[in-house]
Amino acid sequence: MSATSTASAVPRAPQGAAYAIPLEDIDVSNPELYRNNTMGAYFERLRREDPVHYCAKSLFGPYWSVTKYKDIMQVETLPEIYSSDSRRGGVTILDTNSAVQLPMFIQMDPPQHDEHRKAVSPIVAPENLLRLESIIRRRTGEALDSLPVSEEFNWVEKVSINLTTQMLATLFDFPWEDRSKLTFWSDATLELPGEGLVDSEEHRMQIMGECAAYMTRLWNERVNAKPGADLISMMAHDDRTRNMSPEEYLGNVLLLIVGGNDTTRSSMTGGLLALHGNPGQYEKLCANPTLIASMIPEIVRWQTPLSHMRRTATQDTVLGGKNIRKGDKVVMWYVSGNRDEEAIENPNAFIIDRARPRQHLSFGFGIHRCVGNRLAEMQLRVLWEEVLQRWPKPGQLKVIGEPVRVLSPFIKGYESMRVRIDA
Amino acid sequence: MIKVTFIEYNGTVREVEVAEGTSMMEAAVGNLVPGIDGDCGGACACATCHLFVEPEWLDRLAPAEDMERSMLELAEGGGPGSRLGCQIKLSAALDGIVARTPLGQH
Repeated sequence: MSATSTASAVPRAPQGAAYAIPLEDIDVSNPELYRNNTMGAYFERLRREDPVHYCAKSLFGPYWSVTKYKDIMQVETLPEIYSSDSRRGGVTILDTNSAVQLPMFIQMDPPQHDEHRKAVSPIVAPENLLRLESIIRRRTGEALDSLPVSEEFNWVEKVSINLTTQMLATLFDFPWEDRSKLTFWSDATLELPGEGLVDSEEHRMQIMGECAAYMTRLWNERVNAKPGADLISMMAHDDRTRNMSPEEYLGNVLLLIVGGNDTTRSSMTGGLLALHGNPGQYEKLCANPTLIASMIPEIVRWQTPLSHMRRTATQDTVLGGKNIRKGDKVVMWYVSGNRDEEAIENPNAFIIDRARPRQHLSFGFGIHRCVGNRLAEMQLRVLWEEVLQRWPKPGQLKVIGEPVRVLSPFIKGYESMRVRIDA
Repeated sequence: MIKVTFIEYNGTVREVEVAEGTSMMEAAVGNLVPGIDGDCGGACACATCHLFVEPEWLDRLAPAEDMERSMLELAEGGGPGSRLGCQIKLSAALDGIVARTPLGQH
């Protein structure tokens, strides 16, 4: 840990494309930066020169970027000034996306937010997580046992998508043979039009309509049945959510699908990529597998599966010395705050035994903090426990070439990653 | 030094001593008391230091402020004595305080 920690204190000479353009032209919402994984240098410059940065023109209109850990924390903890309400614009920079503008509890302010959230949060209560762990472990083992050895395969498809889809199907008690629909709906919610799944916003809403019809059928079956332990039954039988509008129901369903899917998927892939790129850490892990406990939050920080969350100012205010106007779009870049050298020591390094590994922004903070964060950590922990049981040698899992990254300023993930397991 | 007693969900009792001014969350995390996480480092922003203060100590604490109350709304299994450990600063008046810790945080 100490070998490189001094290096970050020494200012490096600014260089590269991120420093070659005028400050005001920096637009960190450009999706290409995330596909090419080149956003880091732009954020580094903003943290240094203009930590709360105004961008007047982007694919998503004008917006503020909040890039420092402490400023992000300030926005997170003032929900009455920085609103999440879908009617003001919701929680992503993607204003033009009709699916993410639906009412869902992540996009509500108190008190409605608290009511809807409380209806579903028992699914990830500590007692229920203990119950789910054995199911997750069995399925993880089965998925790993079916992987080919000594030949290349796509880790995203065979491991990350496979396992997170099974998890979602369990949480919703979703018809098992149809479970790939969940992944499809999740991807269709967020993908930029023209990238393969959705052609236009109309097409997106047509797919969402199919999701709504399917989920409404499950609701109708369960609302009159004995309350089950799945998310749909929980919402159908809870006084706080049983009278939701169809839009609210679809919104909350999509929130739970996306929240439980893309994010954990990206961390399942990112964890292996991080170990592969840091052989010293991989060796340390194999020598002492109890480090999985602190490695998991470090993976979630290092990956930062959601690059940002967005808020909208409800009043004129000041942030980091900048005047924010009522109605302004304020984007908290977790991907930048998680690399802030003032908050995290040696932040660009992947270190599996950090002293305070859970002090990162990936789950958000404040009242909208990720409701499923302990479930996600458990899924990741079980994955790495089962991997090391089968393949205990450092470097035994190899990433071949560069992964293909998602074209999005919101989802920070992978389309595919080639992997080979050595015998 | 201030004495603090944590009682785990399974009945295990741990006594720790910490300096005045330390928070209950820091007292737990700094002494590896299970069931308390403190992810946000004490900013009242994650509700992962949720604990249950024993009744006889409750009225010696300053009442929870709005922020703590709204975060407690999110904590699973809230009930009598629910507080966030990061918001309880240990003073001489709290020497000997007793709190129960949950099975886990989320």
